[in-house]
Amino acid sequence: MNPPQPLGELPKPVTSIPALAKVDAGRKGPVATSVLAKIRQSHPRSSRMPDAVFRLVVILTAVSVFAIVVLVVWELIAKSQLSLHRFGIKFFFGKEWDPVNDNFGALPFVYGTLVSSFLALLLAVPLSVGVAVFITEMCPQGLRSIISFLVELLAAIPSVIYGLWAIFVLAPLLRDYVEPLLAKTLGWTGLFTGPAYGLGMLAAGIILAIMIVPIIASITREVLVAVPQNQREAVLALGATRWEMIRVGVLRNARIGIVGGVILGLGRALGETMAVTMVIGNRPDITKSLFAPGYTMASVIANEFSEATGDMYLSALIEIGLALFIVTLIVNALARLLVWTITGGQTARANA
Amino acid sequence: MHSIAAPVARPVSLWRKIVDHGATAFAIGTAVLVLVPLLAIFVYLLIKGIGSLNWAFLTQLPKPVGEEGGGMANAIVGSGVILFIASAIGIPLGIGSGIYLAEYGRNRFGDIVRFTADVLNGVPSIVIGIAAYSLVVVPQKHFSALSGGIALGIMMVPTVARATEEMLLMVPNSIREAAFGLGIPKWRTTLSITLRTASAGVITGCMLAFARVAGETAPLLFTAFGNQFWNFNPNQPTAALPLQIFVYAISPFDEWHKQAWAGALILIVLIVGAVAAVRVTVSRGNLKGA
Repeated sequence: MNPPQPLGELPKPVTSIPALAKVDAGRKGPVATSVLAKIRQSHPRSSRMPDAVFRLVVILTAVSVFAIVVLVVWELIAKSQLSLHRFGIKFFFGKEWDPVNDNFGALPFVYGTLVSSFLALLLAVPLSVGVAVFITEMCPQGLRSIISFLVELLAAIPSVIYGLWAIFVLAPLLRDYVEPLLAKTLGWTGLFTGPAYGLGMLAAGIILAIMIVPIIASITREVLVAVPQNQREAVLALGATRWEMIRVGVLRNARIGIVGGVILGLGRALGETMAVTMVIGNRPDITKSLFAPGYTMASVIANEFSEATGDMYLSALIEIGLALFIVTLIVNALARLLVWTITGGQTARANA
Repeated sequence: MHSIAAPVARPVSLWRKIVDHGATAFAIGTAVLVLVPLLAIFVYLLIKGIGSLNWAFLTQLPKPVGEEGGGMANAIVGSGVILFIASAIGIPLGIGSGIYLAEYGRNRFGDIVRFTADVLNGVPSIVIGIAAYSLVVVPQKHFSALSGGIALGIMMVPTVARATEEMLLMVPNSIREAAFGLGIPKWRTTLSITLRTASAGVITGCMLAFARVAGETAPLLFTAFGNQFWNFNPNQPTAALPLQIFVYAISPFDEWHKQAWAGALILIVLIVGAVAAVRVTVSRGNLKGA
């Protein structure tokens, strides 16, 4: 704050201020210096002490945020040692999940997580990019804020309520109408065979898709808004239709950011727990058919953690948690990097 | 005789028109398709929720299986206790580190804290639950509202910190300089002037963080654990609204399903109320980007 002072030429303490001297002229006693003395008295140099304390407190809170993350990682690593040493890398390729004999392989959960998340992306990406394009490029001004508010609202609904709705509304709908139809038309692919329970991989994928649409859509919208207006005008001036303008002028410029948004959605889908646990069926099988029940990494933790008896069982579950943590960490870091390259960090740091 | 050829725009071919209209229709279709589940969820919550909501639900304890009636009063109070603990941990930590990042954090350590806050934001809630379990539940040897509150509090920190930092950075430096010019020490300037100026945005961030954790279930599964009875001791297993909804929803009993819908309605009113309040304050004030 202070301009650097050349050494040896320290500013002389102010002893009188002309303006104040005038005010004080009529009074008896000491002149303007009295005011200055008062200021000095009420704010002595020791007021740097509270400053230092405040700075320390604030630094300590920041350090504690850092410490919390370190502690979380440390706990996950420490508590999963047992299983890490016993099974090694084979843990993620073993198909057996046998708590009775302390034999654990996480492949069915990894498979379930990947398939349900991939299914969710498959459904959510076109939807969310479509919505974002609609909001930024096509929507009448008045409707714009309403639709984006509604899409945001979708993000505010708790996972457990999605799950509740999926159990009692979505799953019966799938069982009675969608799955028989899929089996009839696309059954030959092998993806839609077997009995239609309603609850299963397909239901999990659909509910996950609904949950990640607001994330992908809001990032995509930010990225589309960040595309300079003159790009649109330039393409329109060449005689393009609106769609050609959007495709060439907007989407092509924003594609890296959109990919970032999609990956961020993937991160959310991979770690999503409650809604998936409630509809996926919770059976550690690897089946090709999407009608069949599955299991995910997050939902096996949710279901079995509090009743895990035995150190190895608990350790295996925590190792799944550790894997989930590492995967979402990588996925989120990648996504942020991509979004930042497009928006120039505007979204995350207002004016850093 | 030569006429000067006027630059006539080539007429847009039929195919391009079709594609253009098709794209428009697709975009409108996606908007409708995204809003359908939203509408369906709210309609079902209202219909099923109001149908099962009554005074007993808000004031009574859960009844055993097979008995009619009963309520989730203990879960509503329990959620309140857990969320209070979470806010008491998450909001001061978040605001403190937000102040650090905005006022002191233009350095390497600031970047590290920013990065860890981002990491924390992306950690699946169930993993936070595991951490709270092994950090609080295991040493104490029993489940408690405290451990649940700690888990949710940790989840609030990144949202609050980010919002605080962004809002403080929006406060013009001239205001800080004016305060320093009056001889006000930095701590006082930050708390009474900078933070005060940014308070609407900071409160918005806190509300959003609160709304985000209010519906969290996964980290409570093995921290707060749930309880069928009244419990006001934060050091004992405690019922929570989202937990109770989960347990009732996956149960095979119709009576419990009804209760789950009623609980979900109350939860969504709480959360959407908070989000809507935020939305109103943001659009009324001149704060953007909250």
